[in-house]
Amino acid sequence: MEHTLNVGRISEGFVLDHIEAGKSMEIYKYLHLDKLDCCVAIIKNAKSSKMGKKDIIKIECPIDFMDLDILGFIDHNITVNIIQDEEIVEKKLLRLPKKIKNVIRCKNPRCITSIEQGLDHIFILTDEEKQIYRCQYCEEKHRSNK
Amino acid sequence: MRHLMSPLDFSVEELDTLLTLAQDIEANPAKYAHACAGKKMATLFYEPSTRTRLSHEAAMLNLGGSIMGFSSADSSSAAKGESVSDTIRTISCYADICAMRHPKEGAPMVACQHSRIPVINAGDGGHQHPTQTLTDLLTIRNLKGRLDHMTIGLCGDLKFGRTVHSLIHALVRYPGIQFILISPEELRLPDYMRQDVLDKLQIPYKEVVRLEDAMPDLDILYMTRVQKERFFNEEDYVRMKDFYILDRKKMKLAPETMYVLHPLPRVNEIAVEVDSDPRAAYFRQVQYGVYVRMALILTLLEIHVD
Repeated sequence: MEHTLNVGRISEGFVLDHIEAGKSMEIYKYLHLDKLDCCVAIIKNAKSSKMGKKDIIKIECPIDFMDLDILGFIDHNITVNIIQDEEIVEKKLLRLPKKIKNVIRCKNPRCITSIEQGLDHIFILTDEEKQIYRCQYCEEKHRSNK
Repeated sequence: MRHLMSPLDFSVEELDTLLTLAQDIEANPAKYAHACAGKKMATLFYEPSTRTRLSHEAAMLNLGGSIMGFSSADSSSAAKGESVSDTIRTISCYADICAMRHPKEGAPMVACQHSRIPVINAGDGGHQHPTQTLTDLLTIRNLKGRLDHMTIGLCGDLKFGRTVHSLIHALVRYPGIQFILISPEELRLPDYMRQDVLDKLQIPYKEVVRLEDAMPDLDILYMTRVQKERFFNEEDYVRMKDFYILDRKKMKLAPETMYVLHPLPRVNEIAVEVDSDPRAAYFRQVQYGVYVRMALILTLLEIHVD
């Protein structure tokens, strides 16, 4: 028997579509959605003709409320639909952000970020082609997921 | 306000101005003897490095300035757990310029973000040591009269040696530079230097295992120490440290116009018998280190001497 689950439309906010199945909680964490006081729906393992199965996240919030640049770092294949009045008004093209702040942590034990309290973990995109980010402080390399 | 975090902070033109100033300081020390009168330099050394600290202090004293600071974290407020950012905010109230040595990579960058005075990175872990690179460049320029069209031999620990990596980054900006990389297999130049710097910029280089094979072709031989602290076990260190010892016999293979540089301290990679060879330039290099730091202090403090 086939099960279907329907999650209703949102009037204003974002629909993050084509998330690799199983990755939605990771994105939930990166976007700090747990800290938002708004309606968030996570749909796991939804059917997808393109991907077989996929995850979807729906976030009901004012569209100037969130910075989604970080999604480009996590997975630039994610489709970001911007919703207003229950309609898709824009499909946001994801790019690798030039700078990432407090999303990933420097793993170099010799880096000053390992001991200095209150220091932002900042990574700079140093090679767009190879998708290489380096810690602003110690220049240790971090590769993006894709 | 400017800081010095990396040797590449200065453009080639700015570097030329800085090195020319250092040469003028060497030629006319009296002219600069009071240039920093009334100015104070803080040397914040969170780990001991006597040579680098004294070189900075000598530079400031030669300019007529004063010095203050600490030479290990134990004798600083870091021992009480103070952050780098708090320390530099405090030091900014006492001094006009500071040189910071720190075992953690990026610590001087944290300092410069919170500082009201110019910060000189005097070495941060295995990351950067820009004043050593400035010293190397001044030495090469003074000895050879140029920084372009040269074959540079880099010998020893090319894997962990940050001075080597910094020097490569600095020299590839000049035309006609080629490298001969002389090291044991275990201590070869890392991929990120060969592929991302040398190959990417199409800088000619070759890798050789025997020092003798490189000697006849060199304009500069840059020797490095195989550092004990880079190894996890004593056995590896003992096995490798004697691979590349420069002695009088090997020096005979080199051109008369080749110079030997070394960031010092040496252990046994250059035999003492080489010291009397006129091409042994490593102690002159130490002296150039003071001149270039004097030029750096004047530049960062924006002091002009007519």
